[in-house]
Amino acid sequence: MSEPTTDQFSRRAFFKGSGAVAAATMVSSEVAGQDVAASPNATRLIKGMTLKVNGKQYTIENVEARTTLLDVLRLRLNLTGAKPVSMDGSSGASTVLIDGRPAMASTTLAASVVGKEITTIEGLPANDAVPHAFVADDAQQCGFCTPGFVMAVRAFLNRHPEATDEQLRSGLNGNICRCGTYANIIRAAVSIVKGEQNG
Amino acid sequence: MADTKYSWPASHQAQLIGKRVDRLDGLVKSTGAAKYTYDLNLDKQLIVRALGCPFAHCRVVSVDTSEAEKVPGVVVVHLINAPKEDGPVEIQAQGTLIAAVAAETEAAAAEACAKLKVAYEELDVFVDDHDLAAAEAAKRTKAAGGGIELDEALGEPGDDDDESEWEDKMIQRLLVESKYVVEGRYGIDAITHCCLEPHGSTLQWEGNKLKVHLSTQNVSQCDDGFAAALGITADEVDVHCDYIGGGFGSKFQPNYWGIAAAEIAKKAGRPVKFMLTREQELQIAGNRPSGYIDVKLGADENGVVKVWDSHHWGTSGFNGSTVSVGTVPYVYKPKNIRRRATGVVTNNEPSVAWRAPNHPQACLLTQTAYDDLAAKMQADSFDIFLRNLENIDTPEKASVYAEEMRIAAELIQWRKYWHPHGKGHKRGSVVDGLGIGIHKWGGTANTSSCLLRIHPDGGVESYCGTQDLGTGTRTVCAMVVAETLGLPVDAVKVNIGSSTYPFSGASGGSTTVGAVSESHRRAAQDAIAQIFEKVAAKLDVPADQLEAIGGKIQAKGYGDKAMPWKQACSLIGIRPLEVTSNYQRGTASPLSNEGVAGVQMAHVAVDTDTGEVKIKRMVAVQDIGLIINRKTAESQVYGAMIMSIAAAIFEQRINDPKTGAFLNSELDAYRLPRLGDTGELVVHFHEPESERSRGVIGLGEPPAISGIAAISNAVCNATGVRVPTVPMTPKRVLDALRAAKANA
Repeated sequence: MSEPTTDQFSRRAFFKGSGAVAAATMVSSEVAGQDVAASPNATRLIKGMTLKVNGKQYTIENVEARTTLLDVLRLRLNLTGAKPVSMDGSSGASTVLIDGRPAMASTTLAASVVGKEITTIEGLPANDAVPHAFVADDAQQCGFCTPGFVMAVRAFLNRHPEATDEQLRSGLNGNICRCGTYANIIRAAVSIVKGEQNG
Repeated sequence: MADTKYSWPASHQAQLIGKRVDRLDGLVKSTGAAKYTYDLNLDKQLIVRALGCPFAHCRVVSVDTSEAEKVPGVVVVHLINAPKEDGPVEIQAQGTLIAAVAAETEAAAAEACAKLKVAYEELDVFVDDHDLAAAEAAKRTKAAGGGIELDEALGEPGDDDDESEWEDKMIQRLLVESKYVVEGRYGIDAITHCCLEPHGSTLQWEGNKLKVHLSTQNVSQCDDGFAAALGITADEVDVHCDYIGGGFGSKFQPNYWGIAAAEIAKKAGRPVKFMLTREQELQIAGNRPSGYIDVKLGADENGVVKVWDSHHWGTSGFNGSTVSVGTVPYVYKPKNIRRRATGVVTNNEPSVAWRAPNHPQACLLTQTAYDDLAAKMQADSFDIFLRNLENIDTPEKASVYAEEMRIAAELIQWRKYWHPHGKGHKRGSVVDGLGIGIHKWGGTANTSSCLLRIHPDGGVESYCGTQDLGTGTRTVCAMVVAETLGLPVDAVKVNIGSSTYPFSGASGGSTTVGAVSESHRRAAQDAIAQIFEKVAAKLDVPADQLEAIGGKIQAKGYGDKAMPWKQACSLIGIRPLEVTSNYQRGTASPLSNEGVAGVQMAHVAVDTDTGEVKIKRMVAVQDIGLIINRKTAESQVYGAMIMSIAAAIFEQRINDPKTGAFLNSELDAYRLPRLGDTGELVVHFHEPESERSRGVIGLGEPPAISGIAAISNAVCNATGVRVPTVPMTPKRVLDALRAAKANA
């Protein structure tokens, strides 16, 4: 089977299919589940999908075409650092790098990133300054948003290694933390720019 | 043994207590290695997705599962709120789970959910919690208490007077006689907990034993919850939670979807993972009641409030409760009060505890009115808040509040930046303002047991059925034990997050750091006393003259008479030394206490053209007794301030008034502050010896209370106009400015 591309799939149909609650149609006394995500394309099995994750080639058997990168990472490869917080990508918790650029694994179809370099938080080198700075400045509480933030900071600093406090404050707005760790995330990021971390 | 044998080291002697220590699980979290409930993949697990009810109020007449069962990969279709023999099921909140599907993949489960055919009969919907008249007209209100308290100096009603008529007259008379009267309507909308890790479990049966990984702030008691619902006993349920992705008061129970997960796993004979979707998390997994108030207060020529007359209402969902009547007015308590509360029954899921239940709303509903008094008098809000400390419900704290206000004012440069309300210098369309709020909390230590095991080779491990909500519980446990044994913090292997460990209470109400500090300090002091006995004989020093410090047991003041820790432990014998110590909530103890004050101030900038409110700077001054880990304690206050910014400017549950639908139940529309929205935050712990010597007091709730009122007051100071309801969205700010202009 040839490698499919995103274009073959309706992302819209896919997302309707992944939402558990069917949109309510008004007034009707019966709401049938909508006919979603069951198009032959969406459920078609890709027998062997090869993904390059953290420098390693993985061949994953029988991946439904509608599967997100996030589900493949978390459920098939057990790489659970990227988190399912918002399926629309608005929380940034599933941030990974695709060919070095940040992307939301929750809104990326796995089939669309075949042949690309995927880096998850598990692929950061052990001495990467970002996680260590997060510890030193206590830039985490419950920690559920933390991997996404770490990847967002890593991606931003890769592109803006000398970012100012102001640039960081406007450049890291794609991620949400509910515990309110922003004050310390800024400190951590600034400390990396200043080279205070050994890493 | 008497509690008096337990104590904390003096601040100049403490090696770890009160210092800044990195959280022990920091790197595990920041490298993505920490496994949360959502992350655990059990062998052969099924993924469960549930269908939520699309209507806010309806009857479920029938559920047809036949098409869902045909979806490839589906293993179990499980009914949750489906009609039984006795007829249809009434649903009172959108999102209520109707049925769930367990399948081989998430997509198959979701697809099957969409193929469930449910017949609903729609019923009338009511969600206008802010509109009391509409609620009364719709018969959607419930009395929620109230009463009158009058100053004794007013005397007693005469023999011929009807007592309640006389009291009402007194309130009216006091208002008429007041030099200044403020009349206002204020409000705070309902918000959700919005835990980033949604509620849920990953669980499996091993024979008749249920092993649950649950996203919970209550491992020690959720086994009982599962057992009771499943008809087994608590010893047959193990609940584990190593890491939890947010709780904020909403994760104390297995919840009905947790029970459903166990039932589905039983039917399937396989492990299941059942996590709510984001939409379901917001719709049904926890919200905080709204609060709205009509208030009239009267003050004397100095701005001291003499009479308070209020009626507040709001909704806690379809059970129809509101902000507790006893919390209004908040902190400030004039001598003459008439208050009344009314619950509004709306088609929303019932509220659950939300960080400092009732307090943030009560604070906002009260202290906006106090600030409007300052505005009316064109007086300095600081002075009005200070003068009114003569009438507060915790009079013993008046001097603490006064001192904290003074410190906060310095940190935010109140004297430099304050101006009378609405009289600030405008730069283009932007004007600055300052605001203040004050709060209180209990923060008693919860019940907690700790098993401490010291091995003859010097290894130390602790076991406690508590959990880490994100406050750094593991690190606190390790610091307390290490301090007591004279060891470095990483020498202690801390084990928490399992119902199989000694009982420790739920993490709620700022009770956890106190709880684990109590149990771990007691266990470690009990253990070291036994080791001192053994070392005493060898060193020929009385046991009560020994100390554990720097990895040694030594004679106090005589460094030459010392024994390294390992050698001392070899005296234990061949079996480890095991000590289990317990603290019972409510027991007077030298290690912990309850009752704090706290002050927050906000400096904001308001753009009067766009209605945008920006935080420039916020200051929190907080007493918490004895601080264990300064670093994580500070983090908790930063987080609480950011939550206050969220409630003040951004977040609200929006129900469609006609259908009751929760319109913003995804994170793109459920606005939360982002990193660039929080300005500069300053945390100052007020910790003179008089506070430190009280012992540990919980910190989770207090800093999450008065920031909202402080921000509202700052916006009013900036613009001279009260934005009556929070969150102060741009539209609400502009509406308030327009209304003020029209009235002028």
